[in-house]
Amino acid sequence: MKNLVVLGAGTAGTTVANRMARKLPSDWSVTVVDPSSSHRYQPGLLYIPFGGSSAIERPRGGTLRPGVAWVRERVVRVDPDARRVVLEAGAVIPYDLLVVASGAQTRPEETPGVLGPGWRNTVHDFYTLEGARALEGALARFGGGRLVINVVEMPIKCPVAPLEFLFLADDYFTLRGIRDSVELVYATPLDSAFTRPTCSRLLASLLTEKGITVETEFAAAEVDAEGKALRSYDDREIPYDLLVTVPVHKGAPFIEASGLGNDMGFVPTDPRTLATKKDDHIFALGDAADLPSSKAGSAAHFQAEVLQENLLATIAGRSPRPEFDGHVNCFVESGKGKALLIDFNYETDPLPGVFPFPLVGPMPLLKEARRNHWGKMLFQWAYWNLLLPGRPIPISRRMSMSGKRRIAPEPPAGADADRP
Amino acid sequence: MPTRDYAGVSIQTNEEGFMTDSSQWTPQVGEAIAREVGVWPLSEKHWSVITFCREDAAREGQPPGLRRIAKNSGVDMKALYQLFPRGPGKLAARIAGLPKPKSCV
Repeated sequence: MKNLVVLGAGTAGTTVANRMARKLPSDWSVTVVDPSSSHRYQPGLLYIPFGGSSAIERPRGGTLRPGVAWVRERVVRVDPDARRVVLEAGAVIPYDLLVVASGAQTRPEETPGVLGPGWRNTVHDFYTLEGARALEGALARFGGGRLVINVVEMPIKCPVAPLEFLFLADDYFTLRGIRDSVELVYATPLDSAFTRPTCSRLLASLLTEKGITVETEFAAAEVDAEGKALRSYDDREIPYDLLVTVPVHKGAPFIEASGLGNDMGFVPTDPRTLATKKDDHIFALGDAADLPSSKAGSAAHFQAEVLQENLLATIAGRSPRPEFDGHVNCFVESGKGKALLIDFNYETDPLPGVFPFPLVGPMPLLKEARRNHWGKMLFQWAYWNLLLPGRPIPISRRMSMSGKRRIAPEPPAGADADRP
Repeated sequence: MPTRDYAGVSIQTNEEGFMTDSSQWTPQVGEAIAREVGVWPLSEKHWSVITFCREDAAREGQPPGLRRIAKNSGVDMKALYQLFPRGPGKLAARIAGLPKPKSCV
């Protein structure tokens, strides 16, 4: 019996394992290794601070298809030469093919002062369930002042989430009737609101429209929890009453311990075949890989489809094919019950137009619409019932130009910042 | 593809001013770019960062990100921001004739 071993059972790992369970030749088995007993719908975290449901987890067992073996343990390291995975309790799992899908983790301790006396009091995060719940209480108690959201360093999971948080915060304080006494500030290490120019312009104008201040190229060095100020490496200071940090993200510790990662603990991976650069028997996808696509569930899903084919090809003795095009498709909450839909890949920026959603009908691209907000809400159902089990979803893994309007390139945002 | 004139040489760049052919780079071209972006004069420390970026990019096939520069060039984050104000990763790459480091969407 040969073993396909998948490390991590988040969106990427679960989808790959479930797909492979139905496709593997009869002399192969598939095993996932993940220490946590539940599967979290991570997009749901965003809504919790604003009173959204925190029932976003399901027991892991129910998310894995029959035929997928689940080892509920932490990985200590991978030994690529011996082709085995070493577990915390000392047991080893041999593999013939390995998939690293161990995701990205937030590391608040990387920024001095974040975990100081202000933590979960005036300094919060919403990328963890505990953090999102604590922030709900902090927002409810917040009577006015300056709320700063800071992205410490890229890459982060769901790069639009901090913007969505601001749009929802604008709504939330408006509904509470105290928007006038709340200052919303976005401190980002990027040179504009978002990484892709067209999209960045639209998002920047939404931020302006909603009276949100943006501090660009802000590289956070430390938090002064007592003085309630965020400081950058170039000595800029942003005072806050409430700080929401999006901490540094890193790969799982075992990646570094195995010598498989880059400086952030993400696995250097071929952006199109998803084979790791160091070892033909190891593949990586989702947030764990160092791919230049978004760390987002939709990207993980499209990658899972490609990886399924490339694992089967490898098993059959063929070379993996360069099939992943960097496709990402995401709904961006823009507040007031509306959302934007963006769809892009490695080469093509998010473009305006309509997205021909099969079965559901056309959805406007790069434009606020109620339809898109409902799309985002319905997605949770699709996540549990179609995406994770590995059933077909009505979106092609390859980005399509259908419905999109090409636009002329414009000067890049923040170009002046190079010439002070 | 736009070209810009640096140190008397016509250099291919992208719209943002990053060189598209790293082999056209010489220290004189680097100096001219540094003047244009306002990182001037270049000290020994600037050069050690620029040299690290070029050597690392040649080894790895991509320009180093800021964290990697701070970890491996011998110049720490704080000093990098003093040497290359506002955007050290971006500015060092541009002066070193490398593509803009991926900031990961």
